[in-house]
Amino acid sequence: MKPTDTADPDYFHKVVDCQWACPAHTPVPEYIRLIAEKRYSDAYMINWHSNVFPGILGRTCDRPCEPACRRGRVEEEPVAICRLKRVAADYKSDIRDRLPQAPKKKNGKHIALIGAGPASLTVARDLLPLGYEITLFEKDALSGGAMRTQIPRFRLPAEVLNEELNYILDMGVNCRFGEEITSMRDILAEDYDAVFVGTGAPLGKWLDLPGHEEAIDNIHTGIEWLASVAFEHISSVGKNVLVLGGGNTAMDCCRTSKRIGGESVSVVVRSGFDQMKASPWEIEDAMNEDIPILNFHVPKRYITENGKLVAMEFEKVRKEVDANGRRQLIPTGEAPAILPCDDVLCAIGQENSFPWIERDLGIEFDQWEVPVLNKSTFQSTHEKVFFGGDSALGPDNIITAVAHGHDAAVSIHMLCEEKDITQRPDPLTNLSSQKMGIHQWSYSNDISADFRFAVPHADKQVTLNDINVEVELGFDEQLAFNETMRCLNCDVQTVFTDKLCIECDACVDICPTDCITFTQNQDEPELRTTLLAPAENEEQDLYVSDLLLTGRIMAKNEDLCLHCGLCAERCPTNAWDMHKYLFNTAKAENACQS
Amino acid sequence: MQTNDIGLTRRDYEGTLTTLCGGCGHDSISAAIIQAAAEMSLEPHRVAKISGIGCSSKIPSYFLSKAHGFNSVHGRMPSVATGANIANKELYYVGVSGDGDSASIGLGQFCHIVRRRINMLYIVANNGTYGLTKGQLSATADLGSRTKSGEESQFDNIDMATLAIELGASFVARSFSGDKKQLIPLLQAGLSHKGFAFIDVISPCVTFNNTDFSTHGYKNTWENYVALSEIDFVPMREEITTSYGAGKEKEITLHDGSAIHLHKTSNDYDPSDKENALHHINEYKKQGKIATGLLYINQSSSDLHELQETVDRPLNSLGDQELCPGSKALNDINNTFR
Repeated sequence: MKPTDTADPDYFHKVVDCQWACPAHTPVPEYIRLIAEKRYSDAYMINWHSNVFPGILGRTCDRPCEPACRRGRVEEEPVAICRLKRVAADYKSDIRDRLPQAPKKKNGKHIALIGAGPASLTVARDLLPLGYEITLFEKDALSGGAMRTQIPRFRLPAEVLNEELNYILDMGVNCRFGEEITSMRDILAEDYDAVFVGTGAPLGKWLDLPGHEEAIDNIHTGIEWLASVAFEHISSVGKNVLVLGGGNTAMDCCRTSKRIGGESVSVVVRSGFDQMKASPWEIEDAMNEDIPILNFHVPKRYITENGKLVAMEFEKVRKEVDANGRRQLIPTGEAPAILPCDDVLCAIGQENSFPWIERDLGIEFDQWEVPVLNKSTFQSTHEKVFFGGDSALGPDNIITAVAHGHDAAVSIHMLCEEKDITQRPDPLTNLSSQKMGIHQWSYSNDISADFRFAVPHADKQVTLNDINVEVELGFDEQLAFNETMRCLNCDVQTVFTDKLCIECDACVDICPTDCITFTQNQDEPELRTTLLAPAENEEQDLYVSDLLLTGRIMAKNEDLCLHCGLCAERCPTNAWDMHKYLFNTAKAENACQS
Repeated sequence: MQTNDIGLTRRDYEGTLTTLCGGCGHDSISAAIIQAAAEMSLEPHRVAKISGIGCSSKIPSYFLSKAHGFNSVHGRMPSVATGANIANKELYYVGVSGDGDSASIGLGQFCHIVRRRINMLYIVANNGTYGLTKGQLSATADLGSRTKSGEESQFDNIDMATLAIELGASFVARSFSGDKKQLIPLLQAGLSHKGFAFIDVISPCVTFNNTDFSTHGYKNTWENYVALSEIDFVPMREEITTSYGAGKEKEITLHDGSAIHLHKTSNDYDPSDKENALHHINEYKKQGKIATGLLYINQSSSDLHELQETVDRPLNSLGDQELCPGSKALNDINNTFR
């Protein structure tokens, strides 16, 4: 193998599994350490710069970081990264004086953002301090998009939502709320320097089965129904509620129903329990509220009496794997299940929808009616039109929308500065030794052996009776500290300097996971098998040095490293040292600086 | 983690956390012993670790914490090992000493334990310096070698390996703490050998004797050590199925049924010839090279118990009647001298 090029900004970034997995690449271990030091405001600002909505995401994020967490390779449960983010938001002081200000003197460029969800607001946040004038269109009367309409208040209180939305709106945005855009042609005619579309995936899917027409008054799509509840257009639901679908929207629908009059609320899914798309913790929360989840029930028809929905019929199935390894649902032959219901909520998917974009404007759509985009610039086939969030690549999550927003803001800024927007700015990185003394590091490598701490919940009797009472109480400071101590500090990198190595084997002997090997150089596949602990996870890199005095190389298996720093503590020559690697994606403010 | 034949992992063969300097060769020796014992599935309670005084003699703390141990007096490890071995012949004895402990204060003791053919593995962690007293030249420091403070050795060194061969050791090897690939099979072979097995392990003192002018530093050792043969250890439970090319390999069966395979390098080295061994060691030394590997082995030697025709069982398993058979037995013995 060739020696590892650690100057590649992605190399050490990839070792920080949580940050690598995060769409916005938030420096997770860095803010966790700050929380441990009770520097909540500092931790909050790191988050705010990276993911814009720490308080919101600390409650609602899909947490792609947690399945990636290295702690999950040591024991079952990862560090509670998401809920620690909430701690930073909960315990911070007033941070308004730390927020960037929009300059009084504008730069003369005017950008339209369509849809006031996380993607558009991120674009606004990134461009306002640079002097852009921003006009934000929203069909609803309030901003927030899916964060307001799709996430119930018992998961995300209004004051948390409004606080973080206002940080952006207070910078000075022209808000055109309650104004539904019906024509892109009209928008383009207003001659903006760029238009960003962040309209989400607003179209809920219906389940068109026999009886649909007759029962239509009591069938709702999950996202529209949730939005109606959020805006208090709907304040009650029938006693018997069936929620169809196994995603997070279904979980929000059933829990919301339970709070506004649903007495018997069930979730019904076609395939197995383990195939449900909802996050495990959201399923758990629904089950904690005594909501049964019926699996292997395929919906067949709506049953009405006197023109009103009274029940649904389901076929019972079982799972079989066919010769090609494909899952198939085979009817069990049992009698169909008839489940009585007053209302049915269809949470079986959503789509983006652009009936308002005329197809002769130069904005191309593919065969699935999804805009054709450059996936790194988010530019459409129209030079001045950008897409982000769910409207760009289909339904995903808030943190992905934020990441799109940052990238699109970079593109828009470069476009306005007449730069080539495909030449993306480099990330901001810093690598610095953490050595303070022979056995002293500037970070704590005395890692806690505790299992993951659970977030305390409010009393169910209270939360089930008031839709606005938040279920999760969040960690208190002590629990939060205990949880931070589980973080392995993966951003503190083991950096190897081959010129200093005397090949004494001290690091090999001390390493608790045998992740370091000194051996003859070979091609990667052979090398992976000959290490002291074979490197079977090929997604994780090998860190390989140049030739040493003996003609051998040092090969370190990044998969197994616990970042304990013992190699560097035992190394007599500082050939191993622990360096903290900070990585931040370039934002619009960092583009166009050269 | 992998378990061995008796269900233990390598962790079960570890000792306490080392307090030696980071980069000390001695830590690699501990790690090599741990690996060797785990691979051989040694039962920790059947091992006795004995040492004297010095950095080297701390090593037994850092491996096999479930084994028996005796940290004895400076240079007196051989006496304690001899006594223990006579009392219980059924244990594996691992003596760990250093160049100060064995080549200076304990040189006399060393000579006699070799001569008495105690069945044990005797390891000298040899760094050519008195590390514990901050880096004076030791008796194994080569002529002309210099300490960190610049003092040059004016005397010829005591070569522990040639000394052991001349005094009648039946297994003599030299290795390097940095080369576990060689050290581990040598340790395993030494443990399996019946008789006095001696391994001189060059184990650099990273703090006081690791300069470019020291012949016991990492750099000089890496550059100048020559393996007389490459060695594989084949435990007795493994059927030997590999066929080796004629003339290229030599198989040596050890007393417990295990074997070592020597892959000859170009020099056509024969470790069963004592004179040849001494000749090679000296020839390499003249060139500034260090001959390593299995230097000498004599499979047909007898150990102390065989020569003395001692009782078959450990003394602690004998009852009063056997230990003190009474006046009639004494009379019978006396009668044989009449």
